[in-house]
Amino acid sequence: METSSLVSNLYVFVLATFLGFEVIRRVSPLLHTPLMSLTNAISAISLVGSLVILGKQGGEINLFSILGALAVTASMINVVSGFLITDRMLKMFKSRTGGKTEGGAR
Amino acid sequence: MSNPILTQTSYLIAAALFILALKWLNAPKTARKGVWAGEIGMAAAIVGTLLLPEIKAFHWIVLTLLVGAGIGIPIALLMPMTAVPQRTALSHCFGGLAAGLVGTAEYYLARSQHGGHLDHFTSGVLALEVLLGYLTFTGSLMAFGKLQGILPSRPITYKGQNFVNLGILAMAALIGIALAIDPTQAGLAGGVVGQLMFPLLILLALLFGVFLIIPIGGADMPTVISLLNSYAGLSASAMGFVLDNKLLIIAGALDGSSGFILSVIMCKAMNRSFTNVLFGAFGQVQTAVAGKVEAKPVRSAQPDEAAAILGMAQSVVIIPGYGMAVAQAQHKVRDLCDQLTKRGVDVRFGIHPVAGRMPGHMNVLLAEADIPYERLLEMDEINPDMPQVDVALVIGANDVTNPAARHDKSSPIYGMPIIDVDKARTVMVIKRGMSAGFAGIENELYHMEKTLMLFGDAKQYVGEMVKELASGD
Repeated sequence: METSSLVSNLYVFVLATFLGFEVIRRVSPLLHTPLMSLTNAISAISLVGSLVILGKQGGEINLFSILGALAVTASMINVVSGFLITDRMLKMFKSRTGGKTEGGAR
Repeated sequence: MSNPILTQTSYLIAAALFILALKWLNAPKTARKGVWAGEIGMAAAIVGTLLLPEIKAFHWIVLTLLVGAGIGIPIALLMPMTAVPQRTALSHCFGGLAAGLVGTAEYYLARSQHGGHLDHFTSGVLALEVLLGYLTFTGSLMAFGKLQGILPSRPITYKGQNFVNLGILAMAALIGIALAIDPTQAGLAGGVVGQLMFPLLILLALLFGVFLIIPIGGADMPTVISLLNSYAGLSASAMGFVLDNKLLIIAGALDGSSGFILSVIMCKAMNRSFTNVLFGAFGQVQTAVAGKVEAKPVRSAQPDEAAAILGMAQSVVIIPGYGMAVAQAQHKVRDLCDQLTKRGVDVRFGIHPVAGRMPGHMNVLLAEADIPYERLLEMDEINPDMPQVDVALVIGANDVTNPAARHDKSSPIYGMPIIDVDKARTVMVIKRGMSAGFAGIENELYHMEKTLMLFGDAKQYVGEMVKELASGD
């Protein structure tokens, strides 16, 4: 990696971390479980890296395509189950006024 | 990088949507919009990746994506809500595995294809990615085993444990540094030893994950799960550095900071320092205390008496704990809540941050039982009201209600913030028997004069109280 792209990547990392702190500090403890499953689904973005490894092999079966295939499967499980279960949980949070996840400041 | 504009644009959109997803998650009314944003972002990222010229064949990709979805959909839809902590541990496990495997593939690809292509920084970050990925994999697997009851949930400790753990970590770190200095390690003993460096790193990481988690007991799981969440995120971020992919860096950093914040919150709620967590030394549980406890008197009551007292109260606060989840009592608790509300009793819930096995565990269970979320109050919100509360009903919680945390300096939980149930006018505790809590300490709450012990299975006991209240109409 060139030094310039390394430095800009470090900037991105540091800024994203601070942004993460600011955004996530505001999440109500009420929703900490859905928060964890959503961030889990989001970090399954490692699917992107897995796809490149698998796709690069052009359908050949070798060490790399096996590692890539396992990684794609593992990440895809997280993508699908992470988003679905987060939504399933959030659907259950109902306000006293009856609206599903509408309204309801404390 | 020769990524086409289209791919880069889709990554940028995905990054923005992920940030919005977390922003919208901060309140229940916008939270589901957040999930949508995340899903669209993820779809954009996948499509963008498939457009890359490097991707030469699609049949394996389509097959593995389908297999992944085929496993993921039933996990998400069929898993009971009480098993959410296990599912979370399992997903950290898959996330760590993916990062570890990609890191392994990247290392050998770089070695096989273009000899010295790996520069020092990339190689060092690769080692970090592999270390974090594989330790999250086995660590989360152990956490899953403990939560699922496959492994004993009590801490497994032995002499010199911290020494062994730190030793393994130090060796792994040394190998990481060696790989950063000389990425292919060709120079070492004719390359034979060098060949073994990377596999050894993988092995150490796998071992460290196991050793890190076995000394940790069930009640410490909220911290552990948050910490593993953070590691899974950081390993994704490290992958982003290796692949020079900013979307991975951003998404991983968001997950890493989220897990970090949650573990700090969990630490504060247990009065443990953060260094304590980082070094994984939070399994030292006081085991020897039980046994020499004198038989102090307790007052117990039958369901009909307890129901009568609850029915006459003006305000009731229910304090749920892991015991409620184990007994699957949340639906009965909701019936109790309904019966009392019908009689004009004000029912609220006081939720300690570490109640249950993961952050927010109790909230999800009570939401599943259709209890409106305005009734679910955090510890700091409910504590000022406790002196005005007629009945505090503790269901399956123990240490988080122990007044010794406030005044007994010799107690292992001294300084831990608790829900002040002892300040309520009457206290009721549903419990199977008089056994001590996770920390192995006697709860003086049970011997107070205003405390009524309700011995029995939470689900059954609450059910009987509901029947009693319903027949009294």
